[in-house]
Amino acid sequence: MLSIPALPRRYHAASIWALYVVGLCPAAWYFYQAATGGLGFNPVKTFEHLIGIWALRFIILTLAVTPLRDILGINWIRYRRALGLLAFYYVVFHFSVYLLLDLQLNFGAVGSDIVRRPYITIGFACLLLLIPLAVTSNNWSIRKLGQTWVKMHKLIYLVALGGALHYVLAVKSVTLVPFIHIAAIGLLLAYRPLRKPFLNWKRGKTRPARPATTT
Amino acid sequence: MPAFRPPHISPTEITPRDIYLSRRNFVGTVAAGAGLSVLGGSSAFAAALSASPGPYKLDEKLTPKEAVTTYNNFYEFGVGKEDPSQNSGAFKPTPWTVKVEGMVGKPKEFGLDEILKMKLEERRYRMRCVEGWSMVIPWIGFPLAAILDQVEPLGSAKYVAFETVVRPEEMPGQGGLFQALPWPYVEGLRLDEARHPLTILAVGLYGETLPNQNGAPIRLVVPWKYGFKGIKSIVKIKLVEEQPQTTWKNSNAREYGFYSNVNPAVDHPRWSQATEQRIGEGGFFGTKRVDTLPFNGYANEVASLYTGMDLKANY
Repeated sequence: MLSIPALPRRYHAASIWALYVVGLCPAAWYFYQAATGGLGFNPVKTFEHLIGIWALRFIILTLAVTPLRDILGINWIRYRRALGLLAFYYVVFHFSVYLLLDLQLNFGAVGSDIVRRPYITIGFACLLLLIPLAVTSNNWSIRKLGQTWVKMHKLIYLVALGGALHYVLAVKSVTLVPFIHIAAIGLLLAYRPLRKPFLNWKRGKTRPARPATTT
Repeated sequence: MPAFRPPHISPTEITPRDIYLSRRNFVGTVAAGAGLSVLGGSSAFAAALSASPGPYKLDEKLTPKEAVTTYNNFYEFGVGKEDPSQNSGAFKPTPWTVKVEGMVGKPKEFGLDEILKMKLEERRYRMRCVEGWSMVIPWIGFPLAAILDQVEPLGSAKYVAFETVVRPEEMPGQGGLFQALPWPYVEGLRLDEARHPLTILAVGLYGETLPNQNGAPIRLVVPWKYGFKGIKSIVKIKLVEEQPQTTWKNSNAREYGFYSNVNPAVDHPRWSQATEQRIGEGGFFGTKRVDTLPFNGYANEVASLYTGMDLKANY
């Protein structure tokens, strides 16, 4: 089992805040670049796409927390809420850029896109599905909702699937970069039904070895 | 936590507007110069071309040359918009020959020297990409009909098929594990479309030979069709009887048709074609969107080619 030095408990809260800051850096950096002419001749589209890809990356990281703990024994569960919220923020940024800078508040065009273009329908549905998850991502909601919270937050699997589909349908051809992101989401989702059998098998393996047949 | 206080800047420290604007010009000029020298270093081909002003005057603002030469779709060099300008340095557009064959009386191989001796004209055309953006480009070229006349198409020839060069060693997008499209890239036109005086073979833009990323040394420009019909780096032109294969239609026939005439009334299944974004204008906070015109504004010239055709079915 891989082991990395554990972070002393007193730094946990600070490390989570640091994650938020680091996590928002790509958005800030690309925004600065776009506003100062560093993203080429179609800065709106480029910015929109980069922010979308980062949203997928945070969804991937959110989904990676559990298998990382199961398989490698690295427990980063304390960062999962921040990763999930960062994914939500990036999805909101992504949609805002599309609404404000790309279509420039042409609500007719936005509406017909959402109704008529499957990849935008799916993307928008994912944004809507993320809202209740973001709203209930606090300790009070977790306590209050109990098992319902656990069930409800399984929606992230649907959002991840939708995000991957949105990406596949949006690109003209699936080349290396889309493939890597989609494959990561595919693997992380495929792990979920395998998780129980895997944990059982692992438990069986790590059980103290029975003494060899005695007689 | 203390509230954020904006730093105090005395008014005298603020650079006057005209000075910082001229500083931008200076930086821009230097950057453009650096860009040009990179281009000059990478292309053995860049040279001034003289051309007479052609017909089809266009009173629209030209897209800046830097945008025309750095915002490209040329999947042979990668799928990113800047990939073609960054990855085409090793491409050798000289020497070059274009084979014109098929149902013709006199098949012929044209060398680049001979092509550059054709009567070159400057043609300022709108270019509308199927992705919803557009440019206005000063091409240099000659009517495709001029070459077709030399090879004497047979009466049975109905279509013209085009083919791009395949050189994985010089075109990184044609190698590797994930290739965007099957190669060679192929395109086609009906013979009457090919003979239309608007249809040109371009060998240059902005007064110079074509940069590699724009389809050096010779490419097709059909201004009333979506940009992907403008096949680049052409090595073969073949006159045929049946409608030829075309790359994007083969890749996704529901989304890309053989004709691909610019048509705001026929949406791409994944996006509206009603408006287009003018590249190089407006910047990040003020994207310039204009209405897309039927046949990209060339309806007077070309609509008669399609009389009686259902343009929704023949997209």
